[in-house]
Parts: sequence; C-alpha cells; structure tokens
Amino acid sequence: MTRADRADLHTLTGAYAVYALSGRELLAFERHLADCEACAQEVRELRATAAKLGMATSLTPSPVLKDDVMRRIATVRQDPPRVARSEPEFSGGGAPPRRASRGRWQNFALAACLAGAVALGGVAVWQNQQASDARDTARRSEQQVARVEAVTEVLAAPDAHSRNAKLTNGATGTVVVSHALDKAAFLASGLPKPPDGRVYQLWFSDGGTMRSAGLMDTADTGTGRGTAALLSGAVGKASGVGVTVEPAGGSKAPTTDPIGLMSLPAG
Amino acid sequence: MREPVFIGGPAPRGPDLEELLGLVARGDQNAFAALYDAVSGSVLGLTRSLLRDPAQAEEVTQEVLVEVWRTAARFEPARGSAMAWIMTLAHRRAVDRVRSAQSASDREERAALLNRTPAFDEVTEQVEARLEREQVRRCMQGLTELQRQSVTLAYYRGRTYREVAELLQLPLGTVKTRLRDGLIRLRDCMGVGA
Repeated sequence: MTRADRADLHTLTGAYAVYALSGRELLAFERHLADCEACAQEVRELRATAAKLGMATSLTPSPVLKDDVMRRIATVRQDPPRVARSEPEFSGGGAPPRRASRGRWQNFALAACLAGAVALGGVAVWQNQQASDARDTARRSEQQVARVEAVTEVLAAPDAHSRNAKLTNGATGTVVVSHALDKAAFLASGLPKPPDGRVYQLWFSDGGTMRSAGLMDTADTGTGRGTAALLSGAVGKASGVGVTVEPAGGSKAPTTDPIGLMSLPAG
Repeated sequence: MREPVFIGGPAPRGPDLEELLGLVARGDQNAFAALYDAVSGSVLGLTRSLLRDPAQAEEVTQEVLVEVWRTAARFEPARGSAMAWIMTLAHRRAVDRVRSAQSASDREERAALLNRTPAFDEVTEQVEARLEREQVRRCMQGLTELQRQSVTLAYYRGRTYREVAELLQLPLGTVKTRLRDGLIRLRDCMGVGA
C-alpha cells in the first residue's frame, strides 16, 4: 500500500458504514479505524444515517414470523459479552483475541454452558407463560438468570482462576475466583439433593476461620444437572472455600465436617 | 442517536431499545418479544429491499433476529444506538446473501448499462417508491445524481464501492467520495447524531 492510499483511508468511512468494502481494503480500514477516533465517530454517524435509510423501507411482518423467531431463540445459546475490545467487526474470525490463555477459554466454555442451561430453561418459561399458570416458574427463572449472570461474570473475568475438588459425596466441585472482581463462584456437578431439612452452605476460609458465603439454591441438585452459585461476600484474603451440610436456614459457623474444601489461588 | 429513531410523522414514543437489549442479554424472552415488535418491520423492509424475494427476506430476517438474541451481550452502546446496531447486522446479513448469489446478474446488469438502459435508475425508482417516510425521501432528493446513485447501489443493492464504480463507469476515487459526501449530506439533512 502506498502512502497516498493510506492517507486516503479515512475517506472510506462512507463505504465502510454501508458495508461496501471487501477483502484487503476492509482489513486495512479496520486497522486504521482502531487508531482514528474521528473516523470511528464518523462511521457511527453514517451508520446511524444508513439505519434510517433502512427503516424507511419498513414493512409489516406476518405474525407467523414472530412465532418462528420466538421458538428459535428458545433453543439458541447466548454468547457471553465480548472481552477483547475493538476487535474488527466484519473481517474478524481469523486470529484469536490477544492474551487469551487456555484457562480463559475453558472459563468461556463454562460460561457458555451455563448460558445454555438458562436458554434451555427458557423454552419452558416461554411455553408456560403462554399457558398462563406458570408465574412461579417465571419468577424462579428470573432468579436463575440473575444468578447465572453473576456467576458468568466471574467466569468471564480476565483474571479468573479455578480449582477442582472431588467432594466426599461423590460430586465434583469447582471454585472460580476473580481477585479483580473480588468475587468467587462455586460450581458442582452431580451434587445430590441434601438430606431432608438440610442445606448446602458455602464458606470462605480466612486462614482456617470459616466465614459464611451463603446457602446454595438446591433446586437443581439431584437432577444430574450442574449447580452454580456466587459466593456472597468479598473474597478478600480468603485462602479457601468450603462446603458443608447444615440445618435449614444455615449456621453461623460450620456444624459438620466440610464435604469439600478447595484452596484458592493467591491473588 | 438520542432521538427516537422513528422518522417523520408523530413518532410513537417507542420502548427504550438499549434497555430492552440489556434485558435480552440476560436471557429475558419477554424483553426480546418487545424488541422484536419494535424492530422486525424495519429489518424485514431492509432485507426485502436488498433481496427482493419475500421468502428469502423472511429467512434472513429470522436469522438477524436470532443473531440479535444470541449476541445481545456484545452490543456496545459506545458504538452507536441499538437500532443502528440491529440495522447494521441486518444489512450485513442481507448483503452477504445478495453477494453470494450475484455473479449471474452481474453480466445482465452490465449488458443493461451498455444498452443504455441504466439498471440503477430502475433501482432508484423502486426503492424510492417504497420509502414511506417523507424525511428520507426528501433528503435523498437533496443529493446530487451521483451521490444518490452511489448510496442507492451500495446500501439498497448491496454493491461494494468498486462494483458501484464499475456499474457507473466512474473512477474509484469518485465513487468513494460521492458515497461519503452523500451519506454526510443525508446525515445532516436528517439531523442524525451518533
């Protein structure tokens, strides 16, 4: 590319805004865009303008289309938020985002699974709402969504680290911690339902002193599905996370031996 | 765009699309249903303008809306309004479809140009006949002939600017600047902020 070409790049904002660039030119312009705030601003404005051109052609879709779309989204997993910023929009798909470590991708995979669980739960929600008598399910599902969202945030954190442990009841537990967010999440698979009148309680271990990190929602236990919980409270200087079985309502301090104890990676 | 994105006429005070999109990103299907109601007409109109075939337009509209659901968490308000984001997705999807099916019609279109039956004039008429909103129509009329043809061929027909140059038999640089000047003039005419 000659210097004149490069100087010319910024006049491509119009073509870019209406997706009229392709191949090498598209790549070159996107690279230029990353360093040219004035160009980015112009692209935003011209895209908003183009959107109006599109809106001026508005038609009324048939109701069938909506039913089809609603049915489809109920089975589609949602992507986690973009982490690497200012990645190209149109020409992307080549190189993986910089600084993506293997651990990060595993966390993303986990996050995607969780999002999937919610999306699948969503099928039932949508149908039930149409059937009218499933307010509870909807409310429960909202809580579930909020919980999964909180957990996903930890899993997707750039500094997220995890530790696995086999629990004494045969389940597998994973604790994921982000010191940047000062939050930790606990994930378990194969966790059986707790005995009647009992709950699972989570703890932060501050050098051996157990600090309650809340109770787990046991709705998903014993189903073979995964269970996830955000530990309440800040991670602080905690050196580990524990799980115990406690009487309903939880305890101030553990009253039983932990079924699992996982050390936390240092911050 | 800070203004509601409806053009002309008494704008129905629509729902806040950014807010809805935020809820959609959290898996809220009711919010998605509301978002669908607010944007599906525009998405369908645009895909239909580009693809012309009603069945294909519906198919692409479905794909676009499912993509909105799937990638809602990736919407970045700093990059523009929710409507602009959705219409950009829609345009891109429909244009990809147009381009993959284009090689055959290229020849015809070039032949039409050589026979002095400029295909782009028809295109312009067709599109403008469907521009229901006065503002866009008025602003399009404020463009020079070349600007209007360039914008129409690129946006409503999904042509790259190189193709536009070839179709209009103009130098690349001319089309590049006409496209940009045309969009800037439209932006100013419609009072669009980012």
